[in-house]
Amino acid sequence: MTALITQLINLFAAMILMLAFAMLAQRRILSLIHLFALQGLAVVGATTVVAYVTDQHHLYYSAALTLALKVFFIPWLLHRLINRLNVRWDIETLINIPSTMLIGIVLVVFAFNLALPIAELSTSISRGTLGIALACVLLSFMMMITRSKAVPQVIGFLAMENALVFAATSATHGMPMIVEFGIALDVLVGVFILGVFMFQIREQFDSLDIRHLESLKED
Amino acid sequence: MSILILVFAIPLAGALVLALMGHRPQARNVNVILSLGTLLAAALLTAKIIAEGPLFALDRQFFIDPLNVFLVTLTAFVGFTTSVFSQPYMRVEEDHGKMTPNRMRLYFSMYQLFNFTMLLALTTNNMGILWVAMEAATLTTVLLVSIYRTPASLEAAWKYFILCGVGIAQALFGTILLYMAAERVIGNGADALLWTNLDAVKTQLNPSVMALAFVFLLVGYGTKVGLVPLHNWLPDAHAEGPTPISAVLSGLLLNVALYAVIRCKVLTDGALANRFAGDLMVGFGLLSVVAAAFFLSRQKDVKRMFSYSSIEHMGLMTFAFGMGGPIANFAGLLHMTVHSLIKSAIFFSVGHAAQKAGTQIMDNIRGLIKVSPTVGWGLMLGSLAILGMPPFGVFASEFLILTSAMRQLPWATPFLLLGLGVAFAAIFSRVQPMVFGETTVKPLAHPPTLLPVFVHLGLGLMLGFYIPPYLNNWYMQAARIIGG
Repeated sequence: MTALITQLINLFAAMILMLAFAMLAQRRILSLIHLFALQGLAVVGATTVVAYVTDQHHLYYSAALTLALKVFFIPWLLHRLINRLNVRWDIETLINIPSTMLIGIVLVVFAFNLALPIAELSTSISRGTLGIALACVLLSFMMMITRSKAVPQVIGFLAMENALVFAATSATHGMPMIVEFGIALDVLVGVFILGVFMFQIREQFDSLDIRHLESLKED
Repeated sequence: MSILILVFAIPLAGALVLALMGHRPQARNVNVILSLGTLLAAALLTAKIIAEGPLFALDRQFFIDPLNVFLVTLTAFVGFTTSVFSQPYMRVEEDHGKMTPNRMRLYFSMYQLFNFTMLLALTTNNMGILWVAMEAATLTTVLLVSIYRTPASLEAAWKYFILCGVGIAQALFGTILLYMAAERVIGNGADALLWTNLDAVKTQLNPSVMALAFVFLLVGYGTKVGLVPLHNWLPDAHAEGPTPISAVLSGLLLNVALYAVIRCKVLTDGALANRFAGDLMVGFGLLSVVAAAFFLSRQKDVKRMFSYSSIEHMGLMTFAFGMGGPIANFAGLLHMTVHSLIKSAIFFSVGHAAQKAGTQIMDNIRGLIKVSPTVGWGLMLGSLAILGMPPFGVFASEFLILTSAMRQLPWATPFLLLGLGVAFAAIFSRVQPMVFGETTVKPLAHPPTLLPVFVHLGLGLMLGFYIPPYLNNWYMQAARIIGG
């Protein structure tokens, strides 16, 4: 039974990592949103399994919260946003896709090495997953760096939040409930603010290209 | 406990009231009254702590001890004086057409909410809530920085949001690792993240988890402190946002972020029993002092220059706390206090000067002393104070930091002196013509409020040669808590 459960969690972890890579390589914003929603779903799956195994009820709430927020609400909001702003494509990445993937692989190796001594200590059933969570954080981070448009940067930011939720679930069986609620609230408010922001950026620059936002430089 | 609730309830309710009230001329006064209420509540709380010692509240979720009690009062105090300053300042901005009624509503509402998040971050005992409050502080200030909706302010706010969002996400990972270490000792549940519980078992926390956690926490909260090389958002956000916000960002928010780092350092020191955390902070601090001094000397915009000066001073404090020991910690805390007071006073003067001259470019601001001597003197005295001229408080704290650096880390002293020297030359040579040059500035329709400037400068001056015994006592107790 435990072996099966461990495998199940590892499966979800692998899915989250694969989806992080897929998002790194994806250039269509619409597909990016779908991948993000799928990643949220994988996080929900992992959280539910851990909740079932450890019999921690608050993890069910955490899973429900992630489901509502990251799988349905935020993707829906982003959908509306890109329709209203009429941006479906994000052609330009600052580094080409194959190089991005290679750097991504290096990041994964690095993350695993970093997490290895700590994962050994983890008493939880999902000790291998901390490395994956850290790798996903770094991959999302990289996605934010290499994209030059506002919407993919935001999705990168949200994917990072996904990875952190997964890290919290797998390493510690979830943070205390009040903290999780606080984090969810911050993410929600942050997304709203970013949405408002995007309209303002568009109003000012007629585009969502962040490279317009490079006039403030050190001279 | 009821006083503690008042400390939050006033700004939180205030944000709601001001949001509902919309833009009426009274909104400005209501903002001041609410901030005064918060200050009174904070002062009462402080008096109670002095009389009765550390306090737990609301099921141990809140904790006031000597380390944070003076920061609570300082935050409420500068929050109040800034609201006094922003009353005429924002009126002028509105007259100049930079603010619309809707934005004024947003400004006042977010101002109160921002105060609330800082007070929450300072008083919470839960490391998770501390993170939530820091992120909320970022969100409220992003809206405040972008309030003019100019391209530059949008850019500054976007950069601020993304960089601090990423930074604070690292801090969340650090918090998760912290919880992981705590769980093994304290067990699962909400209490495992309470700082007091962690502090009690800090020697049993797993060292390798704590070392990794501290790196993430330092990078995360350090982004908000503005430590080089994570400082990129800071000059933009300070220069492009409204001046009252620059004052509270520099004077308060950076302190709150550094306070979070200090809380984490105490735990890490206990778990590792070596100088790892301190050394990291010394490195970041030293780099910030030197790099900021050189960046600062190349600025043309007056608010950018003083925001680099904030980075330099935050670096100095980080260095002091990293070095540790009773004297360095004492000096760090004193520096935190005087820097908040003086830097906000400078931003107040700079705000008025920039409004009079219609620009923030230093070459175009000349001869303040002739048109409005008070603004000129405020800027001059403030600059002298922040540059560490005796007898201002900054001199005392910098002197203490330098002498303990000479004893504990002699190799670092030349770097500190180099940073301070370069900053002195740059700021003094810029401010001098702004104050005494041929006049180009013009009078304003509304008289500026300069009382906060001189109250702050007066307090900064007082702390230079006389620290009241109870304040001294606080600093000593807080320095003991930080240890190292």
